[in-house]
Amino acid sequence: MSILVDKNTRVLTQGITGAVGQLHTRACKAYGTNMVGGVVPGKGGTDFEGIPIFDTVEQARKATGCNATVIYVPPAFAADAMLEAVAAGIELVICITEGVPVLDMVKVKAYTAGSKSRLIGPNCPGIITPGECKIGIMPGYIHQPGDIGVVSRSGTLTYEAVYQLTQLGIGQSSCIGIGGDPIVGTGHIDALKLFNEDPRTRGVIMIGEIGGTAEEEAAEYIKQNFKKPVVAFIAGQTAPKGRRMGHAGAIISGGRGTAADKIAALKAAGITVAMSPADLGSTMKSVLEGNK
Amino acid sequence: MNIHEYQAKQILGRFGVPVPKGQFATTPDEAAAAFTALGQPKAVVKAQIHAGGRGKAGGVKLHTIPSEVRDFAAKLLGKPLVTHQTGPEGRIVRRVYIEEASDVARELYLGMLVDRKVGTVSVIASTEGGMDIEEVAAKTPEKLFTESIDPLLGVAGFQARKIAFALGLKDKQVGQFATLLTALYRAFVETDASLIEINPLVVTKDNRVICLDAKMSFDDNALFRHPDIRELRDANEEDPAETEAAKYDLSYVHLDGNIGCMVNGAGLAMATMDIVKLYGAEPANFLDVGGGASTEKVAAAFRILLADQRVKGVLINIFGGIMRCDVLAQGVVEAAKQVKLNVPLVVRMEGTNVVEGKKILADSGIKVITGNDMADAAKRIVEAIGA
Repeated sequence: MSILVDKNTRVLTQGITGAVGQLHTRACKAYGTNMVGGVVPGKGGTDFEGIPIFDTVEQARKATGCNATVIYVPPAFAADAMLEAVAAGIELVICITEGVPVLDMVKVKAYTAGSKSRLIGPNCPGIITPGECKIGIMPGYIHQPGDIGVVSRSGTLTYEAVYQLTQLGIGQSSCIGIGGDPIVGTGHIDALKLFNEDPRTRGVIMIGEIGGTAEEEAAEYIKQNFKKPVVAFIAGQTAPKGRRMGHAGAIISGGRGTAADKIAALKAAGITVAMSPADLGSTMKSVLEGNK
Repeated sequence: MNIHEYQAKQILGRFGVPVPKGQFATTPDEAAAAFTALGQPKAVVKAQIHAGGRGKAGGVKLHTIPSEVRDFAAKLLGKPLVTHQTGPEGRIVRRVYIEEASDVARELYLGMLVDRKVGTVSVIASTEGGMDIEEVAAKTPEKLFTESIDPLLGVAGFQARKIAFALGLKDKQVGQFATLLTALYRAFVETDASLIEINPLVVTKDNRVICLDAKMSFDDNALFRHPDIRELRDANEEDPAETEAAKYDLSYVHLDGNIGCMVNGAGLAMATMDIVKLYGAEPANFLDVGGGASTEKVAAAFRILLADQRVKGVLINIFGGIMRCDVLAQGVVEAAKQVKLNVPLVVRMEGTNVVEGKKILADSGIKVITGNDMADAAKRIVEAIGA
């Protein structure tokens, strides 16, 4: 088992002929992901290395039965691509694009609410169920099938966590990057709920960062509802106030969203917090051993 | 991106938000002329810097004659103004704003921001105008009113009235406030603002509701569709190294420590700063070279790091996913040719083409200390600078 994606997931690429879309569609296909189609307005009827291209998501859905789509289109067009995917009823919409205007996301979020689609991202690496399905830009080879879930607001820091787990011989059930923007489709709590219900997942690494209060809310949720061990890390303990640290969402504003507040909330909820990013894997290992 | 008060008021005025009349000046004579042109018996002269607390710091004053305006402008212009938000070095005042004075009956607070928790734009209002709103939130949260705006509906009349009554507005003030709030929301959405703060919003003695101060910040990700707003950027208010980094599309934030950090990915970059601190030193910067960085970009990043005189050592931490380790190594070698590397350099690389990357560094003749993992790399750079 896993969350959201597995070997049966049928994946569409929106923006398949762009440089990024080409690169990662190829890499995902090579990993074994079932890449069934692409969408590029005006290029319908052609193909990308044998993958059929359609003008619209709706056409692609009808022709391929895709149930997931990954979006690599530039920021100015990303919101429209997300709306099109939701309108076509695609169950899982993953937006990798970085730099989407936040007010575009306000609209997309409102439109997605009440639909049957789940949105992941934007500004995220995507989702992977190791050995079965990789959708996004993460390097596949660092992963190993197993039973630890990873949920993170960061891209490369997720790779770091996964790499540490794999080095210790601990595999992953699914790894989901929820994105570093202020408004994202799927949050920590949504991902945790899925991991909670997944019989294979035995524990979760949750990686947060400064900005917002998503980790504090997740801490409360974990305390009340989550049955499996969680190891958390918060990036940005040394970040200054009022400065955006790369990610649009990584900013301490109005005195809220500091790493110290988040760590305190997580600890108060009984969650094990790794203070060093180098200890993510080893902390999970010792937690698992203690819980055997 | 932030702009000055006078620029924010110009924008808001265009959307029909009531703001006092005013004119900016860059010299004392211009300031005096602006005062005369206003044709009012008294005017407020306000220092224009991207920081709050100007009034308490002596940067805002009421004047009644042109020579006073000239003298006050001369006192401010070209000199640093130190407020509780600027740090001890202050900010150089390059412009003053001369604005008609208002007879204030009540001071209120009105803010608008992207509310991450709800995923909408929210209005925040308070009866405690002119105060630090964070303090109000902490000490008297019952005096703070929040209303979330449905993006598909905009500001509904009942929402505007609800806030107006909560603020204790009466009679004609309620209608004025509703009009103001609707215009403010339109300004917010149409300029892709991320924050508007009116502190204070005032009720004048002649019963008008107007914005006495205005602060606007914009979503950097949306500037591509607002070339006019991008023009308002004031490089003087920004760190020169950060401006230079922005040219190369590098995400850089200057900090106070002495270990320069170059990392790919924002989360990993923050985590790298954190681990430097855990090993007893302080990071000199946040620097994310991004996912698909080219050799040129890496070289530029390296030059920017080394240009900081306080940097006593450099730590490069790369987890190559999209980023290839050989490209990074090539960039470092290129940059080291251009800039003399006279501080210790620790490189930790993992991921795509790591073997090739390590070979490029080894063959380059540059003195590189290898970090085997994040902890090892942090430990080595801290040892190398003798902290």
